[in-house]
Amino acid sequence: MAEYNWPEASKRSLIGKRISRLDGPEKVSGKAKYTYDLKRPGMLYGKMVRCPHAHAKVSSIDTSAAEKMPGVKAVKIIQDPGSEIQWAGDGVVVVAATEEHLAEDAARAVKVTYEVLPHLVREEDLSKAGDRAKPAAEKVAGDPTKAFSEAEVVSEGTYSIAVITHCCLESHGQITEWEGDKLNVFPSTQAVTGIGGEFVKALGIPATNVRVRMNHVGGGFGSKFNADRWGIEGARLAKLAGQPVKIMLERDAELMVAGGRPSSFAKIKMGAKKDGTITAWESNSWGTGGPGGAGMPPLPYVWQIPNQRMNHTGVATNIGPARAWRAPNHPQACFLTMSAIEDLAAALKMDPLEICLKNISLLGPRASLYQEELLKGAEIIEWKRKWHLRGDTTAGHIKRGLGLSMHTWGGAPHNSECRVTINPDGSVSAELASQDLGTGTRTVIAIVAAETLGLPIEAIKVNIGDSAYPPSGGSGGSTTVGGVSSSTRRAAADALDEIFKVVAPALNADPANLEAAGSKIQVKGDASKSMTWQQACSRLGVKPIRANGKQPDPAKGSLASSGVAGIQMAEVTVDTETGIVKIEKLVSVQDMGLIIDAKTAESQIYGALIMGVCYALYEEKIMDQATGRMLNPNMEFYKLAGIGDIGTLVVHLMTGQEQDARGVIGLGEPPVVSPGAAISNAVANAIGVRVPSLPITPDRVLTAMEKKGGLT
Amino acid sequence: MRINGTRQNLSVEPRVTLLDALRNYLDYTGAKKVCDRATCGSCTVILGGKMVYSCSVLAIEAQGKDITTVEGLSTNGKLAPIQAAFVENDAQQCGFCTPGFVVACKAFLDKHPSPTLADVEKGLGGNLCRCGTYAGVRQAVLAAANTMRGGQKNG
Amino acid sequence: MRAFEYASPTTKEQAVALLNNQWGETEVLAGGMDLLSLMKDDVTRPGRVINIKEIKELHGLQYSPSTGLRIGALVTLQELLENETVRKEYPSLAQAAEGVTSPQIRDLGTVGGDLCQRPRCWYFRGGFGLLAQDSSGKSLVLEGENKYHAILGNSGPAYFVNPSSLAPALIALGAKIRLFGPKGARDVAAGQFFVTPKTNQEREYALKTNEIVTELLVPPTGGARNATYEVRQKEALDWPLAAAAVSLKMSGKNVTSARIVLGHVAPVPWPVPDAEKFLAGKTVSEQVAQDTGGAAVTGAKRLSQNGYKVQLARVAVKRAILRAAEGGA
Repeated sequence: MAEYNWPEASKRSLIGKRISRLDGPEKVSGKAKYTYDLKRPGMLYGKMVRCPHAHAKVSSIDTSAAEKMPGVKAVKIIQDPGSEIQWAGDGVVVVAATEEHLAEDAARAVKVTYEVLPHLVREEDLSKAGDRAKPAAEKVAGDPTKAFSEAEVVSEGTYSIAVITHCCLESHGQITEWEGDKLNVFPSTQAVTGIGGEFVKALGIPATNVRVRMNHVGGGFGSKFNADRWGIEGARLAKLAGQPVKIMLERDAELMVAGGRPSSFAKIKMGAKKDGTITAWESNSWGTGGPGGAGMPPLPYVWQIPNQRMNHTGVATNIGPARAWRAPNHPQACFLTMSAIEDLAAALKMDPLEICLKNISLLGPRASLYQEELLKGAEIIEWKRKWHLRGDTTAGHIKRGLGLSMHTWGGAPHNSECRVTINPDGSVSAELASQDLGTGTRTVIAIVAAETLGLPIEAIKVNIGDSAYPPSGGSGGSTTVGGVSSSTRRAAADALDEIFKVVAPALNADPANLEAAGSKIQVKGDASKSMTWQQACSRLGVKPIRANGKQPDPAKGSLASSGVAGIQMAEVTVDTETGIVKIEKLVSVQDMGLIIDAKTAESQIYGALIMGVCYALYEEKIMDQATGRMLNPNMEFYKLAGIGDIGTLVVHLMTGQEQDARGVIGLGEPPVVSPGAAISNAVANAIGVRVPSLPITPDRVLTAMEKKGGLT
Repeated sequence: MRINGTRQNLSVEPRVTLLDALRNYLDYTGAKKVCDRATCGSCTVILGGKMVYSCSVLAIEAQGKDITTVEGLSTNGKLAPIQAAFVENDAQQCGFCTPGFVVACKAFLDKHPSPTLADVEKGLGGNLCRCGTYAGVRQAVLAAANTMRGGQKNG
Repeated sequence: MRAFEYASPTTKEQAVALLNNQWGETEVLAGGMDLLSLMKDDVTRPGRVINIKEIKELHGLQYSPSTGLRIGALVTLQELLENETVRKEYPSLAQAAEGVTSPQIRDLGTVGGDLCQRPRCWYFRGGFGLLAQDSSGKSLVLEGENKYHAILGNSGPAYFVNPSSLAPALIALGAKIRLFGPKGARDVAAGQFFVTPKTNQEREYALKTNEIVTELLVPPTGGARNATYEVRQKEALDWPLAAAAVSLKMSGKNVTSARIVLGHVAPVPWPVPDAEKFLAGKTVSEQVAQDTGGAAVTGAKRLSQNGYKVQLARVAVKRAILRAAEGGA
């Protein structure tokens, strides 16, 4: 029987080591081809005519001038007169032309008139939302009224976290190409297997007629699961033109319509005993994620406070639709909750680390893991030495502060199927219709296959990014690493079992008594009875071995699980004369079960911390109520941190038997949850007052300090 | 123009940027189109010895000039030290900002052969990354500088 | 970007002959750091673009102790900041150039382009005109998103801020800007080069439609200590929220006279004579610098979201003075 379980630590040669990503050389030399880089024979460039109004009804469309323009091959109305547009930047007409600038010219020549309707694009003042505010039913647990009346300390605060956008560097888009009645889609996607189904449904063609291919994707972060209007209409346009059409969103469109993390505002009240025991929570929250409003983030976050009352109102706005943003709803919930807890600690004049440790039992089944992580983080950042009561009282205008936060995430494995092929020439391939978002999926697959087959990583050819391969889930929810490592392990183990059967007679051994290691197949515990991998494969004759592995496959045990903890701590300095916050140090202590590749795992956390700095200090989708437009759909004023803005980053991976025993757990999302809260708490600790909103911009810092009682 | 040492003839409208010319007409797709407004650095190439945003140069302005793109940094398939250091230090995730970053780092190292961490943080402010690879980039630049100083013959 | 006719003259006479008398019909291309973005955003739609980079005499930077510094309009920000004389004699210029923290922009962006770039006001860039008005002519700025808009010189109808990095320092140093048109050259004091437009059709500078900037003439400092301080949120490329340039004539620690000019706070670079008078005759100290900052913003008028910029302008002045006093001339 094949051995499916993960090898124990002492027997691993690749798993858990620091291995450079396989596609690194391609990426650093510009050879990696992304969808945006592809050109298909006869390909046209598609451009959309976008509605300039946040809310409007299409009155009339005149495409006649555009149709006559040079190079124009097709013009298609995608929202007929009468259609109601819900956000600025939504596509109304799409054109295709032989050159990109000719398509732009044609798009500009399309005349669309609109009946402008009232819009709402700002939600901070709930009283102005009118019937666009949709309150949800109150949620109550325990007896909050009694708990607050008995509380020895009650602290209150108002907090908010802005709408941000995904700002994938490779914008959304695709090439759609027809071969007769078969459609080839080259999308920029997080779901090579899943996205084809949308074309099938929208275009009414058989599932077998759609093939999806993508080698590399320039960022997704949760925003690239769907075919989207530009995908479906691109396919129709390609049909109309009789030529392939490439539509990639311009940067402004990318920021206006192809990304969006809902905002969250909340008034929060917490009750506690004088000794810091947390007893009660009350929150009134609201937020928007566009026309669909926004559900309540998981409040209170992580902490299972015994007495709770929550009210939430979703606000429908015309800001463009929300998309899943790396750990959907968690960064918001985490910021709101961890800020409120830090404010409670400040009211009690207690160290928030102590409050967390004191209430650790409220963290449920992972309480002891959180405790271990908190203590580890505290040691790394020298919490005991550096923490002070709220407000740095040392002289000068640079104030220093520490903050902490904690988070959780699922990360269970998605469904995945992997086909491992061992060829008579000794070559090995692993094939899955998966995708590598830059998380290192290719590398993980190769590591698992190589480890299982006792081969070096270079021996494995990983083929992903083609729907012709066995289906694998979309890369969302941090589900990929668990999914593909499980399916690959099983496929490789079964393939190995097959080759054992072939070579066993020659080694005069029972197949069950063979093992693969060091590019050899040998009798367990007897290296003298062995043959090289090459020799073994040559015995296959002309017939390769193919084995498919699946996740889930309960008969073959479990290789992955879900549910991580994780803590982060931040050290910042604030220039109290300018309100500018500088990140000094960020520490992340993170568990993730069994680590497949320590190097790319660390990169995920570094990246999450940096993305966290971006939304903590810089990012905001700034909407203008008068015009209904996003004012910063560019990378000058939609600000991202640069290389000099991130401080020192320290990543501590939790390892050891206890972690290994959990199997593989996804990592992409959890570490991006906490930075906003940790940084905000550190700022409060530095300057002595809460800056209630993210991003923490200079104006907000100075305003908060002014409210506190003037500038220093 | 000469791209990575090879003469290329091209006739395009004046409004075509150098970036679009490289990508749409010549198939040098290493330089990426991201902000298209001289901000993010993904389109960085070396033009006449200067590191520039190719999205904000007209192709016609590059007439007769020498251009080095990311594709021209490796020699005979061997990665340049900065490229090897990017791989080793995992200075890329999705990789879309990477080619522009690599070119910027190369131009930076040409000017600053012995940079400090502070130099790196100050000298590469014209490139943005969304995945958050800066930690790796910082290490990669310092490591490449080290290689280039100490190990000339090892490349 | 819309189609245009392209010309690349090799003399300034040829260049101005290609210009015409309507703003926007013809645009001058130097570094391209702003113009191409404006064209891509369809904010300007020239039928003709004149690349002036092939005009040799617009390049080059010369210094003589008696006449000062001559900077060709096509000198790049990088060339400016790497110049030893500039670093030594005119650190305020080098510091301003350094504030453009993208080496790519510094490598292409020219000093002439820095002066002639258009405002970054997001309403302007979004197609609502230089004065950022709705279709009825009402300002979108006053009740809109104005956190980056003007706190000085903001009685309307213009509320954008001048985006130039170098202008405050040039004005503080008493520089002249040499323009060239069909009638030949004329010099304009840097402080007179920038104007506040009253209509969407005007430009924010004193160029005539058929003139180009050819060089900047910065007089000898006469030993005046000068510095620029910009308040920027990010280390990476980022627009200053406020800036100040100062040039101080000093006798020991005592300031005999001062020029102080604010940047990024008004539709034009904003000299602050009251602060200059306040500082003159005083000995530089942290407190004096701070009080001078206070004097610099007495006339500020907060819009709904930009009050914080008053504080930033004050701090920029304070830090520029302290930086100048610390540094050499």
